[in-house]
Amino acid sequence: MKIHEYQGKEVLRKLGVTTLEGRVAYTPSEAHDAAVALAASTGSPVVVVKSQIHAGGRGKGRIKEHSTDEVLEQVLRGEDNVAGKGGVRVVKTAADAAEAAKDLLGNTLVTKQTGIHGSKVRKVYVEAGCRIARELYLAILLDRAKSKVLIMASAEGGTEIEEVAEHSPEKILKVWIDPVVGLGAWQSRELAFALGMSGKTVGSFVKLLAGLYRAYDQTDASMLEINPLIVTEDGECLPLDAKVTFDDNGLFRHPEVVEMRDLDEEEPQEIEASKYDLSYVKLDGEIGCLVNGAGLAMATMDIIKLYGAEPANFLDVGGGANKAKVTAAFKIITADPAVKGILVNIFGGIMKCDVIADGVLAAVRETGLKVPLVVRLEGTNVELGKKMLAESGLAVIPADSMADAAEKIVAAVRA
Amino acid sequence: MSILVNKNTRLLCQGITGSAGGFHCGQMLDYGTKLVGGVTPGKGGTFFESGSHRVPIFNTVKEAVAATGANASVIFVPPPFAADAIMEAADADIELIVPITEGIPVRDMVVAWRYLQGKNTRMIGPNCPGIITPGECKIGIMPGHIHTPGRIGVLSRSGTLTYEAVGQLSRVGLGQSTAIGIGGDPIIGTRHIDALKLFNDDPDTDAIIMIGEIGGANEEEAAAWAKIHVKKPIVGFIAGATAPPGRRMGHAGAIVSGGQGTAEAKFEAMQAAGIHIVRSPAEMGRKMAEVLGI
Repeated sequence: MKIHEYQGKEVLRKLGVTTLEGRVAYTPSEAHDAAVALAASTGSPVVVVKSQIHAGGRGKGRIKEHSTDEVLEQVLRGEDNVAGKGGVRVVKTAADAAEAAKDLLGNTLVTKQTGIHGSKVRKVYVEAGCRIARELYLAILLDRAKSKVLIMASAEGGTEIEEVAEHSPEKILKVWIDPVVGLGAWQSRELAFALGMSGKTVGSFVKLLAGLYRAYDQTDASMLEINPLIVTEDGECLPLDAKVTFDDNGLFRHPEVVEMRDLDEEEPQEIEASKYDLSYVKLDGEIGCLVNGAGLAMATMDIIKLYGAEPANFLDVGGGANKAKVTAAFKIITADPAVKGILVNIFGGIMKCDVIADGVLAAVRETGLKVPLVVRLEGTNVELGKKMLAESGLAVIPADSMADAAEKIVAAVRA
Repeated sequence: MSILVNKNTRLLCQGITGSAGGFHCGQMLDYGTKLVGGVTPGKGGTFFESGSHRVPIFNTVKEAVAATGANASVIFVPPPFAADAIMEAADADIELIVPITEGIPVRDMVVAWRYLQGKNTRMIGPNCPGIITPGECKIGIMPGHIHTPGRIGVLSRSGTLTYEAVGQLSRVGLGQSTAIGIGGDPIIGTRHIDALKLFNDDPDTDAIIMIGEIGGANEEEAAAWAKIHVKKPIVGFIAGATAPPGRRMGHAGAIVSGGQGTAEAKFEAMQAAGIHIVRSPAEMGRKMAEVLGI
C-alpha cells in the first residue's frame, strides 16, 4: 500500500525522525495560511508547495491542462529543462504560495511515472524551505536475492536512481541488515564516510538512518525511499522527500497505516476488487480475464497476446474462492467498458470447477451477457462444471485447453 | 525414486484443526501420504479423524517428532503465526518444512529465513502449493488425480501453472518424478536453482520443466547454473510477458537485480543456457514430448 509524502513524514516524525515543518492544504487559502504559519515558526518566508500524488517525479512533472503535447512527451521521456513549471514550487511569499496552490489543485500532474493519463492533484503539502548544501539518495527495501533488508545510498540525489544504476552502478553503496542485530551504527558510519561526509554531519546521518530503519522495521514497510536526503548548509541531514510503501501482508497489525489509504489514488475497479479480496490490476486491452492463481492469470494474459489481442485486466480469484467472490469478480470485469470479450480460465485444485460455473452463471443471470464468454475448466469436478454450463441455456463458449480458449475468445471478439 | 519426498516420508501437519488444514489433511491421507501426526497447541491428546483415518494431535512439534518419528511438516497456520510455526519445526530438527500459508508478512519471513541458516532443514514455500511424488507422497494442496508417476521433474513458483504443466505432461503420456511449487513470495526457502540441482542429481528424473514469473532474478540464476551443470533437457516458460512494469514490484526493487526481472530478460537467460523455451503456456507438454523425441 502506498501513501503520500506528507503521510510518510508523519509516520517518520512519530518514530522520532526530524523533518522539516509542513502542513497539508486542500485550497489556495489554506496554502496561504500554512505559509504564514510556517514563516512565523521558522523566521523565513520561503516555503515549498508540493503536489501530493502517489507517483514520483513530481518536480520534473508538468500540469497537463497547461502544457502542450510536446512538453508532456518530454516529461514522459524524462528530459531535463522542459518548459513550464513543475509539480513542486519554491515560493517567497504567502501570496505566491496561494497562487501556486491554485495552479496545481484540481489539475492533472503528468510525470514520468504517471504516464500520459497523469494524476489529479487534490492536495498540496506546504513545507518550510531550507538551505541545501548537498542532495543524496537513500532507500531501504528488501533484497530478494539475499532475503535480507538492504540499504542503498548514493551521492547522486535528486536524480532517478534507475539512471544511476544504469550508467554508474558503482556509485550505489549498499549495506545489508542482519535481522538479529538490526542496523549497526558502524554500517551507518561506513555509508556516511563513503558518501564523503565529515564532522557533525556524520553523527546527524547516523541518527537519521537509525530513525529511518526503525520506521521501516516497525511499520512493516516494503520500501522507504528518501530522494533527496539533504545535507543543509548547517551540516544537518534531513529527509526532503519521503516515499513509503507498506507490505500488504503486514497491514493487519497496523490499523493506523490502513487509515492513511487514499482511495482517490486507486482505480475504482481495483477498490471494488479489494473489498472481495480479489487480486485485480486494470490493463489497457479488450479481453477480460478471470483466472485462479497468479501465475496462471499472467500466463493467460500472455496467451491472449500471442493470439493477437490484449488483456483488459489481471484477475486472480485465489485458491479458496466461493460463489459470491466469483460473481463479484465477474461483475468487476463486465463493468469495464473496454471489455469486448471474457475468458475464464480455471485449473481447479482446491477450487472446484462447479463452484466457478455456479458463480459465473449467477453473475450472468444477474447482469446479462453483452459480450462473448469463453470458459475453460480443468481439474477438480471438471465434468460437473462443464455440464452446468452446457445445460444453462446461456451462450457460453466452452474450450478444452488454454490455447483453444485464447483462440476462441480472440476469434469471437474479432467477429 | 524422486526428490525430497517419497513413500517413506513421515509427515506432520501444523494447523491440522483449521478448516484448510483439516480438508487438505484428509486429501493427503486419501492419496496415501503417511501423515503421522498433527500439531495444534492446546489440543494435544485429541485425534484428527477423516474417513477411516485417525491421526494423533500434539501440543508441540518436538512432542510430535518424539512420538511419531516425523521428518517433514506441512504448515497451514494463519499468516500472523506462520513464521513462528516454521521456526518451531526447524527447532525440532524437521528436515523438510512446507508452509502453504499465503500472506505471511515479509518482516516475519526475514527473521524465519535467518533462523533456518545453518540448520539441517529445507523449506519449500511459503505461499506454495507444496510438493508431490506421484503415487507415493503428496504434501500440499495440489489435486492429486492429475498427476501420473514418471520421469519428468516439474518446478514452478505458481500453483495452478504447475497443475497446467502437469496436466499437459499427463495428456502427452509423460509422468512426473516429482512436482514442486516453490512459492510466489519474495522470500522462499527453495529457489529455482536449488530445485534444479536436486532434479539434476536424481537418477530417476530424465528431463525438467522449469516455469518462472516476472520479478527477482531466481530464474536467471538457475539458468546460468543449468548452462554449466545440467545435461538433462529443460523446457522453460516465463509468465508475465504482458504484465505492466512497476505494478507489482516496488520502484527501487528493479535496481537491486540490475535490470533483471522482466519476462524478456528471463526468456533470454534461459535460451542462452540451452533451455528449450516456449512462448505459449499451452505448449509446455508438447514441447517436452518433442524434445524427448516422443
